[in-house]
Amino acid sequence: MSTGTTKLDVVVADVVTVNAMVKRFHFRRRDGGLLPTFSGGAHVVVEMQDGATPRLNPYSLMSSPLDTREYTISVRRDDAGRGGSLFLHQRVEPGQAMVISYPVNLFSLDLRAKKHLMLAGGIGITPFLAQTAQLAAEGGQFELHYSVRTAALASYGGELQARYGRRVSLYHDDRGEQIPLDRLLSAQPLGTHLYVCGPSGMIDWVRGRAAALGWPAEAVHYEHFSAPQPGLPFTVTLAASGKTIHVGEQQSLLEAMEQAGVDPPYLCRGGVCGQCETDVVSCEGTFLHNDHWLSEDEHRSGRKIMPCVSRFEGPSLVLDR
Amino acid sequence: MGITFRQETFRDDFSFRNSPEHIRRFPFPFHEDGYMYAVNIEPHVAGPKGSVLEHPIDVDEHYVSEMQDRALVLAEDPLRCQSLPHMTLAGWDLLELLMTAKAESYPEHFELTRDGDRWHWINRPLGIDDRFTFGDVATLPYGPMEYITRQSQGDFCLLDQRDGNLWMDAGIVTTQADWSLDFDIGMNFFEWHAPVPLAHEKGIFTRALKFLLNVQQGRPARRLNWTMTINPRLDTSPENYHKWGPDRTTVTPENVGKKVHLRVELQSFWRLPRSNGLVFPIRCYLISMDELVTSPKWARRLHRVIRDLPDEIAAYKGLTRYRATLIEWLAAHDDGAPTSPGFGPD
Amino acid sequence: MPEKSIISRPVYGTLSPQPGREHLFVADAQGAEAILDMAPAAPDGFFAGAQIVYIPRDADPSLAEKLKALSPAMFYEGPSVAAAMPRLRQTLATARMGLRVYLSGTEGLIGQAMQAALVAGIDHASIQTEHRGSLARRVQCVHCKGITEDVTTQPVTCAHCGLLLFVRDHYSRRIAAFQGVCINAEDPSEIPPVEEAFR
Repeated sequence: MSTGTTKLDVVVADVVTVNAMVKRFHFRRRDGGLLPTFSGGAHVVVEMQDGATPRLNPYSLMSSPLDTREYTISVRRDDAGRGGSLFLHQRVEPGQAMVISYPVNLFSLDLRAKKHLMLAGGIGITPFLAQTAQLAAEGGQFELHYSVRTAALASYGGELQARYGRRVSLYHDDRGEQIPLDRLLSAQPLGTHLYVCGPSGMIDWVRGRAAALGWPAEAVHYEHFSAPQPGLPFTVTLAASGKTIHVGEQQSLLEAMEQAGVDPPYLCRGGVCGQCETDVVSCEGTFLHNDHWLSEDEHRSGRKIMPCVSRFEGPSLVLDR
Repeated sequence: MGITFRQETFRDDFSFRNSPEHIRRFPFPFHEDGYMYAVNIEPHVAGPKGSVLEHPIDVDEHYVSEMQDRALVLAEDPLRCQSLPHMTLAGWDLLELLMTAKAESYPEHFELTRDGDRWHWINRPLGIDDRFTFGDVATLPYGPMEYITRQSQGDFCLLDQRDGNLWMDAGIVTTQADWSLDFDIGMNFFEWHAPVPLAHEKGIFTRALKFLLNVQQGRPARRLNWTMTINPRLDTSPENYHKWGPDRTTVTPENVGKKVHLRVELQSFWRLPRSNGLVFPIRCYLISMDELVTSPKWARRLHRVIRDLPDEIAAYKGLTRYRATLIEWLAAHDDGAPTSPGFGPD
Repeated sequence: MPEKSIISRPVYGTLSPQPGREHLFVADAQGAEAILDMAPAAPDGFFAGAQIVYIPRDADPSLAEKLKALSPAMFYEGPSVAAAMPRLRQTLATARMGLRVYLSGTEGLIGQAMQAALVAGIDHASIQTEHRGSLARRVQCVHCKGITEDVTTQPVTCAHCGLLLFVRDHYSRRIAAFQGVCINAEDPSEIPPVEEAFR
């Protein structure tokens, strides 16, 4: 597996059940040293060997960047997913050796901001845990609005309110509470930056309202937690390597390439960072673009694909890999 | 063991000289007999022992003298070192990077002991022994970037990464080839490179930016850049152009060997962990023509490069006035024989 | 219209109404015409949320009247950019996110107003700009750091230190000026002729 980052040999120091859906995993360096420093919003890619299937899943670091004796991540169990979260929930125990990547930050704070306004939905809370810790240590100004399904599933809601008081507000779906988005967006001083992390629908809603209310795009930051979608299997010819590969239903095109020994660069594995962008040599069929990197024109042109999340249906696809 | 530091000047009497060993380790930038811009970025991994690439941060025999010259420049013009307010965190990242690199590569000269955020830093060549709290500006005599770069050779640009671009929001620039930090601070990657001729059309900067945006922690990269300087003057700033500019008219066929210097910048690019910014050290190496032609291969190659350089590039690098004199002088050292590929002196 | 040049030379666009409820216009001289040209495309009620700061200089006085006729929420006419700056800074200091900024007129006006907006925390990419009128430049002398205003010639004598400066196209948003570098540093006896260049 190649990547633009170095790997870290770690051991699982602890596994904690947070609630019915979420478990927290603590990693320490196997050689006992400190883990690399990082910036709030960074993620690590966790490598898993699930029987015959290798998995590489990105997870936001929720631990404070100021204390790197441990990294912690929180994983929401997705029973309908491809199996990465299930693997972690069911097959990972304290004491187990694992490999993770160095931290990579594709959702970083804009340090010029006079104020950071954070909107979290569900497990999207994780990067904000690291970011609020970082800001609190420096006296930075922030406000966090956290939308959850129920109080029982409000991972870390209590801790955040205890730690930061009025700077944190919780909104429970089951009580009909909703983030008063328009009111919030109209009340911020110039120089505020907005950060949203949660389900796609929430991100689209926030971005749409911010634009309509005059917020410039440069002040709005978002992170999707998208895992590759499963789909019909398909066959691909890799022209540069001279290989033909079969992409399984639950497997991404990127994973199929890696399994065949072809190693495109990657950083996010979720269709946003652009690293795995691949040129199409020729094709006959339809693209299923699931990424947030290529432009509308590029999607329509059929000349590029993001193998980490996108798929293809049709008799032939030849890629420049 | 350790380095023998020279006592020399980069102004007034210009007593700067390279020892024979430092001539041989000079980072000659031309691997072939011609020059054109390229995205010549490569991973910054350890190079041959004794070379300027052996250590991640190179300290050489000119260290003490360069730091003295820097102190003089800053006393005359404090605007050469600036940090926009949001870049203090990046300054701490840089302090950590330079202290750990120096202490690891040159333990006989530098020592760093850390107890949580209580740090103890010893810099023997400069006679510094300081204790401070990492992250607390009040415990250092300067901001973190200024503090550590007053003890590090070369210029440093701290870049903020945002909006798919890099922004030069802090830096110290006292050994640069002719650009103004005070003017360029706050510009993005394309804007601060705007004056470079030809390169934009070739898409060089677009490709370079894409690469730099994805440089990750623990995986620095590097490239070489070059120009020429009359007299071994480090501070060839636009601010002082009216003071050093006239030097370019003083080149004669008799003094080329002593006055004309090849100036090479070893640039590296490092991801900074806490700020997610990049630091861009620009390390300057000087060699006089007399010193350079002690390598016959370098003499032949440099002659051909300068002779065949496109005029726009020569003009941008400030060579126009003395180019003909220089070419004629170098021609005497070029017998037309083939040169071996690669950068080394043979 | 300024000619396209090196990448750091600012390129101006055409004002167009942006989404949002609050709009701030700053214009000088013929810059008023850019606002008036944009007005028909603005949605109903647009100017009810608009503030206009206008420095007429020596432009046709009827332009100010036409701007007032747009019925903005606030209209201010000032004698100079310098005089208008304190209240502009105050407006920006108390503004909320969502305020859209539109700058039109000379480069000097656009640059100085943008400078104030940047300090207040507005990203430059979101600011609408349109150049109208004179191409005279603000020039910062790289040697003494002094700014010489209303430069129309190439080269120009620095109004502070007296060096003869070549006016480059290299521009700094932060300083809101073009860079001036001594044109005869290598040979001070060379005095190139002074010519009109930026009208």
